Amino acid sequence: MTLPVTITVNGRPHERVVEPRLLLVHFLRDVVGLTGTKIGCDTSQCGSCTVLLDGTAIKSCTCLAVQADGSSITTIEGLATEGRLNALQDAFWSKHGLQCGFCTPGMVFAAHELLRVHPQPSAEEIRHGLEGNMCRCTGYQNIVRAIEHAAASLGGNA
Amino acid sequence: MTTPPRTARVFGSGIRRREDPRLLTGTARYTDDVVLPGMVYAAMLRSPHAHARITRLDTSRAKEAPGVVAVFTAADTESVLKPIPCLWLVPGSDLKTSPYLPLAKDIVRYVGDAVAVVVAEASYQAYDALELIEVDYETLQAVVDPEKTTHDGAPQLHAEAPGNVAFHWVVEGGDVEAAFSSAEVVVRERIIQQRLLPTAMETRSAVAQYVPATGELTLWNTTQNPHIVRFACSVVTGIPEDRLRVIAPEVGGGFGSKIAQYPGDFVTVFCSMKLGLPVKWTETRSENYQATTHGRDHVQDVELAATRDGQITGLRCKVWAAMGAYLSTAAPGIPTILHGLMLSGPYRIPALREDVYGVYTNATPVEAYRGAGRPEATFMLERMIDRLADEIGIDPVDVRKKNLIPPFENGFDVVTGLKYDSGNYVGALDKALAQVEYRTLRAEQARLREQGRYIGIGVSTYVEICGLGPSQVAGAVGFQGGLWESAIVRFHPTGKVNVFIGASPHGQGEETTFAQIVADELGVEVTDVKVVHGDTDNTPMGWGTYGSRTTAVGGAALAVATRKIKDKAMLLAGHLLEAAVEDIEYEGGRFFVKGMPDRAKTIQDIALLANVAWNLPDGMEAGLEATTFYDPPNFTYPFGAHVAVVEVEPDTGRIDLKRYVAVDDCGPQINPVIVEGQVHGGVVQGIGQALWEEAVYDDSGQLLTGSLTDYAIPRADQLPEIEVLSTVTPSPHHPLGVKGIGEAGTISSTCTVYNAVIDALEPFKVASIRMPLTPERVWRAIQSSREGA
Repeated sequence: MTLPVTITVNGRPHERVVEPRLLLVHFLRDVVGLTGTKIGCDTSQCGSCTVLLDGTAIKSCTCLAVQADGSSITTIEGLATEGRLNALQDAFWSKHGLQCGFCTPGMVFAAHELLRVHPQPSAEEIRHGLEGNMCRCTGYQNIVRAIEHAAASLGGNA
Repeated sequence: MTTPPRTARVFGSGIRRREDPRLLTGTARYTDDVVLPGMVYAAMLRSPHAHARITRLDTSRAKEAPGVVAVFTAADTESVLKPIPCLWLVPGSDLKTSPYLPLAKDIVRYVGDAVAVVVAEASYQAYDALELIEVDYETLQAVVDPEKTTHDGAPQLHAEAPGNVAFHWVVEGGDVEAAFSSAEVVVRERIIQQRLLPTAMETRSAVAQYVPATGELTLWNTTQNPHIVRFACSVVTGIPEDRLRVIAPEVGGGFGSKIAQYPGDFVTVFCSMKLGLPVKWTETRSENYQATTHGRDHVQDVELAATRDGQITGLRCKVWAAMGAYLSTAAPGIPTILHGLMLSGPYRIPALREDVYGVYTNATPVEAYRGAGRPEATFMLERMIDRLADEIGIDPVDVRKKNLIPPFENGFDVVTGLKYDSGNYVGALDKALAQVEYRTLRAEQARLREQGRYIGIGVSTYVEICGLGPSQVAGAVGFQGGLWESAIVRFHPTGKVNVFIGASPHGQGEETTFAQIVADELGVEVTDVKVVHGDTDNTPMGWGTYGSRTTAVGGAALAVATRKIKDKAMLLAGHLLEAAVEDIEYEGGRFFVKGMPDRAKTIQDIALLANVAWNLPDGMEAGLEATTFYDPPNFTYPFGAHVAVVEVEPDTGRIDLKRYVAVDDCGPQINPVIVEGQVHGGVVQGIGQALWEEAVYDDSGQLLTGSLTDYAIPRADQLPEIEVLSTVTPSPHHPLGVKGIGEAGTISSTCTVYNAVIDALEPFKVASIRMPLTPERVWRAIQSSREGA
């Protein structure tokens, strides 16, 4: 069985016919061909696949493509404009908030969500807000610094 | 030709990494991101049993499933694929290798041993078809404990290794018997270095594209050492090395788990060879936990001999080091060469002996995991020193200071036969103690104890062996390869520089730090240097990124190559400026005639003129490039001292890690921001071992921590800010003095945190607790102490 879906990804609508069991993350990577969204586990722990669905961060491995029908997704490929990093991306770069880069797309969206809810978070709130995202390289410290830096540069306007 | 000269040094500057923009925008390509026309997808059927005989294997239904292109078993692969070779054959250890087949035949020996592969047009179809393969297993008794596997009556894994002992290796120095028979004090402990799951965030993946018409294979592979993969793949598949191209594209972390040569990679290659189609295979995380190598897994019986006033006189230990079901690529070298030879650590220990038994168990093969052997050695030593301090009633810091090797700048011979390069261990320790105000902290601890609060202070010092290493030594210790590194530095006519290295960084940032080295050595802008790595077709041979060796060895190769370029540029400058080469001076990218700074050529001028070759001195070849193969004269020995402060809640066993101070000495730092990042990550991985992580098998060999739901890697909200400090003691033999920093944090932090927790429990007289120190274990230890009192 297959079902038609229309999912807008980074501003472009994609009309496709998919199996109902297809995960959103596989839709993004294998159907649309945007491989910036990563898969780091199969139990929804790692958060590497985090994207924005209608402006809210979700783990795209916990959502079926058919559930996302009619919605608008932002992936890591959709953040920079004309090669210019946005404030969060730039903060991760400035504060050495990434090493191997694999968890990074998910971290950036976890940070985006955090700042959306708490525009001026404390370090503790940031650490708590990153609970659902795992990084094995950085020990998280520079990710926390990057988010603090982004919060400061955005001045509460995430 | 008006490029201004460079004067500011970029070596030592914390510039932003050039790797990051592609990683931050989703444009970086990891192996699983590679898509090729006509590509098909592989999935592996893995054994659900730890030890079993395969009595029936029927793939006929799977072959009929929708989208399935092929199903293969050992019956198909055995005539093509040779067993996977172990590449560290430690001499003098009676090492017994056993066939390590890409697909198991007749017998499976761990949960995860691959028995069949399905190839389908879509990944979901391949997984669907796995369900249709019918296998009958006759289960056999399994053993997973590193010591019990050697007991009489234990199930036997391999006919070649009676008693499941793959090797027995001994390191001995000084008169150990005398040290113990005359000892005033002996402290003993059994230490369990639990099994760990490396958990690089990117699981392993391979994309194989074999072209039958040419016999050429391209293999995209998430590996730390593409050149070793090329070599091993040639051995296993029979494809000649010159027709084999291995590309390690973006690699999402390794921590040792991407050194090994894996069954799944070769099976993927086999599928592509058979089908003439590009084939992709990517592990799920649960599959990764079964099929990608694990770390540690030692049982250690340790004894330390000393005088009543705290002078260490001897160390004796027996170690059972699990190898898992098969000998992985470098596995035998880890509990021996990288562990036993470092057993005396930063201390003057006159006599020691270690017996290491490398043993087969019905579990996933064990390999290098961040620190590889050195954390297990450091923990042993640092734990026993705290035991000694407790026994003789002297502050553990004072015991360390009494035994530390005094500062040295150019070589110190230790009892295991190694020559440390340089060190100032007391200096690092003093800096760490000053940072936490140690004496004040001890007073505070005593005061809080009176209020029923249990603060613990853990201290450790370490020295590690890095920059592996002199190839002659590699040969002498049975490593089946060299350990040099190579670099090509090439000037283009426009003065831009490409650097090609054999090493294969995967998150450590050498594209940036290596550009920093080149920029300073050649006087060009750092932005004018691009570092290329990870593709065996366009980089020179290299032995891989592990053992904190890329900067220590590859960086040295690079420095030497740039100096060769400078020598040639000097000759050409002399020729062009019509001056004797002795009269040419060089500064900041400019060559000029002595005393006449205006008569000059920039390095960019020279690059253009060397490349067009209109006017070269007699006998000079065109172009401006150099190749170096750098074989280090010795290892490097980074060191440091760490301090942790914890508070333990006795009613719940909960541990609050309040402070962590790391003082590490990796020599001069090329990019201190990157160094700090390496320390953060390393320290946290070691804390993970102390407090949360363990690969748990039940007695039947089932992996109970088989997914990220059950295996507890550290999370952001569990950690304090790591306070990172450093001292700088250059390596005397390295062209840049640098030593390596990738593993330092992990080597020291496990025992530092462990010591802190045991220190906090001092009033309860808790001597040891099995790691990880979960609240339940801590609480039980306190309870049994209370009940015993």
